[in-house]
Amino acid sequence: MKIFKVLIIIFLLLCFNNLSANENSERNEITKNLRCLVCQGQSVYDSDSDFANSMKILVDKKLSEGLSDKEIYNLFKEKYGYWILYDPGLNKNTYLLWLLPILIFLIGGAIIVKSFILKK
Amino acid sequence: MKKKLIPYSIILMFLITFTVFYKSLKDTNIYTPETNINNDIPIFLADLLLLNENSTSTEIFELDKFYLLNIWASWCVPCRDEHPILMSLSKNNKLTIIGMNYKDNKKNAKSFLNKLGNPYEKIIVDKNGTISIEWGAFGVPETFIIYNNKIIKKYIGPLNQELQMEIQKTIK
Repeated sequence: MKIFKVLIIIFLLLCFNNLSANENSERNEITKNLRCLVCQGQSVYDSDSDFANSMKILVDKKLSEGLSDKEIYNLFKEKYGYWILYDPGLNKNTYLLWLLPILIFLIGGAIIVKSFILKK
Repeated sequence: MKKKLIPYSIILMFLITFTVFYKSLKDTNIYTPETNINNDIPIFLADLLLLNENSTSTEIFELDKFYLLNIWASWCVPCRDEHPILMSLSKNNKLTIIGMNYKDNKKNAKSFLNKLGNPYEKIIVDKNGTISIEWGAFGVPETFIIYNNKIIKKYIGPLNQELQMEIQKTIK
């Protein structure tokens, strides 16, 4: 019985532990998609530079002001340009990136239709 | 027709790949931020160094006047290099120089100004670096030229003689 109680206490402790770990999940999700502009190939989430730490504080501040993740991304995009986002939208610099897979898929599909289906 | 389709599509694929790689070959892989911007200045409330009060962006930046916002810190070595340029720019009465003390210790900042002179009319304290992020800054030193509540020019890194001439031309 004693072991059972101890197990329950450990279980509860683990539950609370999980709660505190999830507190920053929204912040983490956003900072993972923001590029640390002064570091090489690191996200704001991964970096511990001065710039990244200030960004994390600012993201927290904006979240507490009630801004949605999209609004926060737009805010940073306005100030630093598309480069700050790891997941950029469709624009004149990224159209090839977005359209090439679709194009290849269509060409591939056309080849398959031509050579296998129409053959029959 | 069927026989031709495969070589044609191979050629097309090759051309597309070639264009993509050729285009990226000429691109620089070092990120160069935009310096000719026309963004509105952010709205903020901040403490002022030297004075025991706080101020908002609308109180500091008036319309129809040229402002230079310089982000600096006493621990930043390039800031020391550009300080004489700021001192000489502060003599120009068409330009108001506002400082932003970035992640600094108040005591060190004050002794920096006592030693090298104070070109700033007001100094905003940015204790945790969030105000400078709102301005779109990368670090210290960084300089913004502001007119009618818009950032018209941004200089990343220390100012030099050449940039001083450019600033003087801009505010003429």
